[in-house]
Amino acid sequence: EERRYRSASGAPIALRRRQHSASCRELAVRCPRLQLRSLSAVTSAVWLAAYGLFVLSENSMVLSSAIFITLIGLIIYLHFVKIDQESLLVIGSLGIQVTSSYASGKESTTFIEMSQVKDVVINEAIHMQKVIYYLCILLQDPGDPQGVSEVVPLFQSSKPRLDCLIEVYKSCQEILEQRKTAPQSS
Amino acid sequence: MVLKVFFPSCCSSAESGILIGRWISEQNSAVILAVVHFPFIPVQVKQYLSEVQRVTKVSVSVLGSWSNSKQEKEKSLSEFLEDLGTIFSHEPWIQISRQGDSKFWSCSTLQKHSNNPKEEEIILVYYDQRKVMLSHLHPPLATDPKADDASKLSAIFDTVAKSKILFMTDRYDDGPIKLTHWQSDGVEASIIVELMKQASVPACLLLTFLLSLISGICRSRVLKFWPLSFLWSKLSICEQLGHRLQHLQVISSNKKAQNQTQLMRKANIFVSLLIDVALGVLLMSWLYRKNRIGHLADTLIPMADHVAEELQDLLQWLMGAPAGLKMNRALDQVLGRFFLYHIHLWISYIHLMSPFIEMILWYVGLSACLGLTVALCILSDIIALLTFHIYCFYVYGARLYCLKIYGLSSLWRLFRGKKWNVLRQRVDSCSYDLDQLFIGTLLFTILLFLLPTTALYYLVFTLLRLLVVIVQGLIHLLVDLIDSLPLYSVILRLCRSYRLAAGVKFRVLEQQDGKPLRLLMQINPLSYGSVVQTYRLPTYSCYPRDSWTSLCKKLFLGELIYPWKHKGEKQD
Repeated sequence: EERRYRSASGAPIALRRRQHSASCRELAVRCPRLQLRSLSAVTSAVWLAAYGLFVLSENSMVLSSAIFITLIGLIIYLHFVKIDQESLLVIGSLGIQVTSSYASGKESTTFIEMSQVKDVVINEAIHMQKVIYYLCILLQDPGDPQGVSEVVPLFQSSKPRLDCLIEVYKSCQEILEQRKTAPQSS
Repeated sequence: MVLKVFFPSCCSSAESGILIGRWISEQNSAVILAVVHFPFIPVQVKQYLSEVQRVTKVSVSVLGSWSNSKQEKEKSLSEFLEDLGTIFSHEPWIQISRQGDSKFWSCSTLQKHSNNPKEEEIILVYYDQRKVMLSHLHPPLATDPKADDASKLSAIFDTVAKSKILFMTDRYDDGPIKLTHWQSDGVEASIIVELMKQASVPACLLLTFLLSLISGICRSRVLKFWPLSFLWSKLSICEQLGHRLQHLQVISSNKKAQNQTQLMRKANIFVSLLIDVALGVLLMSWLYRKNRIGHLADTLIPMADHVAEELQDLLQWLMGAPAGLKMNRALDQVLGRFFLYHIHLWISYIHLMSPFIEMILWYVGLSACLGLTVALCILSDIIALLTFHIYCFYVYGARLYCLKIYGLSSLWRLFRGKKWNVLRQRVDSCSYDLDQLFIGTLLFTILLFLLPTTALYYLVFTLLRLLVVIVQGLIHLLVDLIDSLPLYSVILRLCRSYRLAAGVKFRVLEQQDGKPLRLLMQINPLSYGSVVQTYRLPTYSCYPRDSWTSLCKKLFLGELIYPWKHKGEKQD
């Protein structure tokens, strides 16, 4: 099912939860789409500047290079910067998979095995003048059973607010608890 | 706990039979490697498995049964399969059955000696056997490589990779066992690869023989006499040739590569050499077409003349009143005339050599066929030779300046009544005689007032020298880049990305209630940055040798700087 929330900067985001089986859950946060008006604003600004330069310098290369730069810039933005959806797939006893899908369709995935996961927690961070909450995975330190070797922050570009994070946290903890209650193998 | 079954996707359409693979009890997971079809004799199966276990050191055993029935489930078959569980005792006995062409299989386990009879959840994970076998898992760089609790994934990858011998028997063999796995339709091989393997043995022997000859010549006593050895150490081309010789020795050695890293290293060196030589031959063909070498030689002498004229103008400017500063006339004239005479000598020398330049350049250009890096090193050496007079001026200016600075600092201490204690490495007070003080103060004043002139000459020639050093440094950077780039790994990542794995990714397939969870395991390839970082070849230079502060300090004190030092040379 899907529910609407707001991100830390006020943009609307949507959280979709799917339960595939008793020990497998998928939580996906969809980020706000690329706005047509911001795209056209940037494009017209670049082209106005290029036209101004063309009037000053009488060189038509300026115009063609402006078009070229706009196209290349848009492709780079869509492929490397703009994230469409961030999802978390929790499979009990296998691990946690974090996927970010970009606007151009590229997906970058990281899989963390369950033996490396210590816990999933909500942390606070002070960013400029705001205090924001973020969800993160704590990785186990192989040498020290109480220690944390690394912190992996989740949902970094959609930055959901606390209410959304609590939902995600509850879903994750239900599955993580299962591994504590049944560690004895037959 | 949850039971995980790793099923190869190539066996999805296999006939009914029993499943063989490895059971990893600590993770409660079963890795299925192949399906053995009916009819078979259980004793022969057990024999075969123990042989495989002996060779591969992987504990392969019979894990369960697989039934693929096109019609409705037959009662007798299911009972027969359960009875098999008693013959091959394995705890738990996994039963997977597929009806017709349905995507959703039913999977159940039979536990005979279990304490808690509750149904445990089963997860079915499909994997591509060929890709998992060929891929190499790279653990993240931060983790300890000898961590004892090896990750689950590496256990699975290891199991499939080590069971290569299991995949050698295919459906067409006449043995007692009929298996289905990814090679069951016939063992794959490439004829080109086989031919190259056969041809590589004599080629390696020949190469080793040639290399031993060449290294014998290089190490002979003739080349070790003082002027020659000094020359070899200063020319960067010798360093590069030695480096490439080392690479060739690595490739042509007879020992097979022990592990993945060595194999990739050999392959990277081979491809790098190949590309280098190809680019060098391309450059050579471009240079020798339309007699460009001749044009280059023709422009070389006028360029050297031009540089010398510019230097002469510079010196005339310094001998006058440069930038409005007033120099000490006598010292100025002496230094200026000395440097001018030096330039005059250099120009006459160049003019003496000019008829032979074209021929020398023609023969030297032929060595570009050894590689582009060699050609770039030759270019760097030619620049060094042509600007040798700038280097000489820099050394003269620096030594004069350095002498002056040391003299000034020591006489300044005398001026204040102190002395440098060499034994204690500190400044101590000292009482001087009157005549010592008098001479010392006189000398101090002279040196102080001559300082601006020397400092200006030093500054100008240091800037020129730094310019030449920067140009040479850029060329060496390019050479290093070509030397250390692991091209084979990058191409492998581009074309066969499953060979270099950073990890895995799971995709959830269609589910049906009551059936086990279905996941698809795919290989997550390594990013290009990590590929280059993991497999880059070591080079012979290390920079930066000095940090910026120590460089500035050396410049201020007038010590000679050598910013691009090589690893083999001893430190100053």
